[in-house]
Amino acid sequence: MQKHSFKLLLILSAAGLVAASHFQMVDQYITTVIMLMGINIILSTSLNVVNGYMGEFSCGHAGFMCVGAYVSSVLSVMLFTSNRIFGPPLLSADLSLFLFPAVILAGGLAAALTGLIVALPSFKTRGDYLAIITIAANYMIISGIENLDVIGGPRGFQGMKRVVNAMGDRLDIPWMPIWVIVGTVFCVWVIRRFVSATYGKGIIAICQDEVAAEIMSVNTNKMKVAAFMLSSGLAGIAGGLFAHVYGYVNPQSFNILKSTECLVMVYLGGMGSLSGSVLSAVLFTLLIEALRFIIPELNALAHHLHLIPDSYEIGQVWKWVIIPLILILTMQFRSEGLMGHRELSDFFPFLKRFYRMRQAD
Amino acid sequence: MALLEIKGLTQRFGGLEAVSDFNVRIEEGSLTGLIGPNGAGKTTIFNLTSGFYQPTEGEIHFGGRDTAGLKPHQITAMGVARTFQNIRLWQDMTVLDNIRVSQHYRMGYSIWDCLLQTRRFLRQEREIDRLAFELLEAMGLKDLAGERPRNLPYGLQRRVEIARAMSVRPKLLLLDEPAAGLNSSDVEGLITLVRWLQREFKITIWMIEHQMKVVMSLCSSMKVIDFGKTIAEGTPEQIQSDPKVISAYLGDENI
Amino acid sequence: MEIFIQNIFNALQWGSFYALIALGYTLVYGVLLLINFAHGDIFMVGAYIAFFVATFLLGNYGVIAPGTLSGLTILMLAVPLTMILTSLVGVTLERIAYRPLRNKGAHRLYVVITALMCGLILENGNLALLGASRKKFPELLQNTVWTFGTISVTNLKVLVIFTAIAVFLFLQFVVTRTKTGMAMRAISFDKFAIPLMGIPINNIIVFTFILGSGFAGLAGLLFAMSYPILEPYMGALIGWKAFIAAVVGGIGDIRGAFLGGFLLAFVEIGVVAVFPSTLRDLMAFSVLLIILWWKPTGLFGIAKTTKI
Repeated sequence: MQKHSFKLLLILSAAGLVAASHFQMVDQYITTVIMLMGINIILSTSLNVVNGYMGEFSCGHAGFMCVGAYVSSVLSVMLFTSNRIFGPPLLSADLSLFLFPAVILAGGLAAALTGLIVALPSFKTRGDYLAIITIAANYMIISGIENLDVIGGPRGFQGMKRVVNAMGDRLDIPWMPIWVIVGTVFCVWVIRRFVSATYGKGIIAICQDEVAAEIMSVNTNKMKVAAFMLSSGLAGIAGGLFAHVYGYVNPQSFNILKSTECLVMVYLGGMGSLSGSVLSAVLFTLLIEALRFIIPELNALAHHLHLIPDSYEIGQVWKWVIIPLILILTMQFRSEGLMGHRELSDFFPFLKRFYRMRQAD
Repeated sequence: MALLEIKGLTQRFGGLEAVSDFNVRIEEGSLTGLIGPNGAGKTTIFNLTSGFYQPTEGEIHFGGRDTAGLKPHQITAMGVARTFQNIRLWQDMTVLDNIRVSQHYRMGYSIWDCLLQTRRFLRQEREIDRLAFELLEAMGLKDLAGERPRNLPYGLQRRVEIARAMSVRPKLLLLDEPAAGLNSSDVEGLITLVRWLQREFKITIWMIEHQMKVVMSLCSSMKVIDFGKTIAEGTPEQIQSDPKVISAYLGDENI
Repeated sequence: MEIFIQNIFNALQWGSFYALIALGYTLVYGVLLLINFAHGDIFMVGAYIAFFVATFLLGNYGVIAPGTLSGLTILMLAVPLTMILTSLVGVTLERIAYRPLRNKGAHRLYVVITALMCGLILENGNLALLGASRKKFPELLQNTVWTFGTISVTNLKVLVIFTAIAVFLFLQFVVTRTKTGMAMRAISFDKFAIPLMGIPINNIIVFTFILGSGFAGLAGLLFAMSYPILEPYMGALIGWKAFIAAVVGGIGDIRGAFLGGFLLAFVEIGVVAVFPSTLRDLMAFSVLLIILWWKPTGLFGIAKTTKI
């Protein structure tokens, strides 16, 4: 029983969330924030595979997210809705219920293949070259899509709302929260399995001593490419979910700033800590949303106390001053991120009882 | 036939000839030494043997097979394991994981098996665990399985590194200055360990070592190199009385 | 033909900006192995500082009567002032954000992330404080067009190009011929042995930041004179691009950064001359990546051999 208690808890809380959203017990805003949280968890945990566990420095995660978002959006719009560009639906909208995960996975696959193209040249040398190749790749992907007028170019691409609505028409339950929760759990579970297997631990060995890894029979090149593809593929899944949550994508929503957000979540959580990444994604999402409300309050307070001139308003622009500031301070006090490379269960040993760890026992 | 045969091995780094025309035949089951002053090119020979560098000239045959163009991990999978002069364990992984990761050479499952946790994956992982524990038990390291090498004393780290090298079931074990940085009681332990390894696992050992005590009591034959060139070879007794070796180590008084 | 020569001059001018910024990236990277992601924004801050210095000297704030100083005098004063003030910003970042982390022995990448965050603060802090309205940089230099036959070039372009070359020669001299330069190169090899040699490591690092940020400030001033519209995000893209240029040139090498900057500019201008301008970034980055594929360590980079 104890072995399954964690899974049970997860399923119950997910079901609770979905039910709450279905019966309008929580409003649309909170549901969206929770979905965003899920997407951020996918992004930060998947980037952690490369930047944390493997110790490389990839800074174009949003580019892969972009590929996933566009591929799955175009697929789902093309398959299930009638559209000005692609004409009538290729498949019956009824199938959308079953094929939606396949569409999202196809986005992930496309992102993984893009990751392969990026990874092959970048791992020829070690060090910071991956950083610039991924930055360049991020720019190139965005710029490439902006030049593709068929799918809207810089204006963006829409129509995914109708796919989501089509699913809702067949069976009236909140589909998107369900898919986001499923996707998040799936991604965390995949990464967990990967890094706790002897196979995946190869990348941790690469991080700690690449020479020793190569000499001790780890095929370092293959492992690096595999880990990078896994990471970018999961980012693609996050992108696909993101596109369907908002029903609209725009190349500029996947720019370097988005990649920076992913980086921030990884290093805030701690390199090579899965629970750290989850925690930091949750905190980061909450922080961004909380600032939306805190900043006007601060403004009112400052005006009330006459701290700032009447003509000046503290606006939402300050959000992106406050967040980096908080991060810099966090790093000054916890220079390994919130969790270092430890997991939650290292801090609270009693947690170990709730899920099986392959430990030396 | 010799297990390892090196012919005319030469390695140049820019203008520097680190190894020049090095030849060796290492017979199966032997325990051979490689000595020479600092910077003589000993570690370079090991790096070439384990595939970390590609030789400028010359051939390396292992078990009758030419290793040219093979990656280090492929050569390791053929049965060449090594340790490093300054210990290169994965310091933040447990001792057990250090052993486990070194089993990549016989990873019988793909990434999909790993993600889907197929029966093949579970069977392999169990097998890896079993072998790892067996080895740790045999090496007397079982109690340290959950420790991180970072927290272990230097002598034990050496032992763990040798255990890690042994975990790839090598035919040939290359030991790069295994006694460096050990105190005298650790050195005694090391000598016993190496003897035991050779007897127990029937492996061939080739070692670089400075400490005469270790080389003299372990090796049946040895080679001395200086500035990349072989200057002497023979049994420990012959080497000890060779004037060229003495001048390489102590300097030539006649100059 | 005329268009061709004109394009060459444009490329040289843009290349100068890229090169000046890339030099700063490469200096800091060469010493600390730190990708100073805030550098592009320091360039932006430099442009803003130049704006405030220039408008101050023009008498816009009532301290100096308007019109007392000629444009050329103002420029002469603005160059050192901008460089000093901008290098102060750079050094401040190093002192309050990077050095404490370094001293704690934090992983190198945490310092990189801190740099990225500092850049965001500079950008958005500027936006928050000065507002979204764009600043118009005053004209300091009488725009003269020199004509040689059919070719015409403005004095500003020539000034920019010559400044970049002069800065390159100066930095190359400092890094390769002076004791300080030797210390700078030594730090990147062995950070632990350097203090034992009696070299004040922190002073050298501060000096590096002064050089890098000072010339970013100079680039900001020249950029603002050439393209007199300032906005807070102007440093972001140009900074990223300059970083990529520095890597293509071989990061850590002064010649590499200089050449990489010009290379990027020539590729960009070349692309725009042939293809629609929306393809500029896509094609330019592709070309740079192909160069990296062919020479992974960059044009002047040396592959580091791992010692076992």
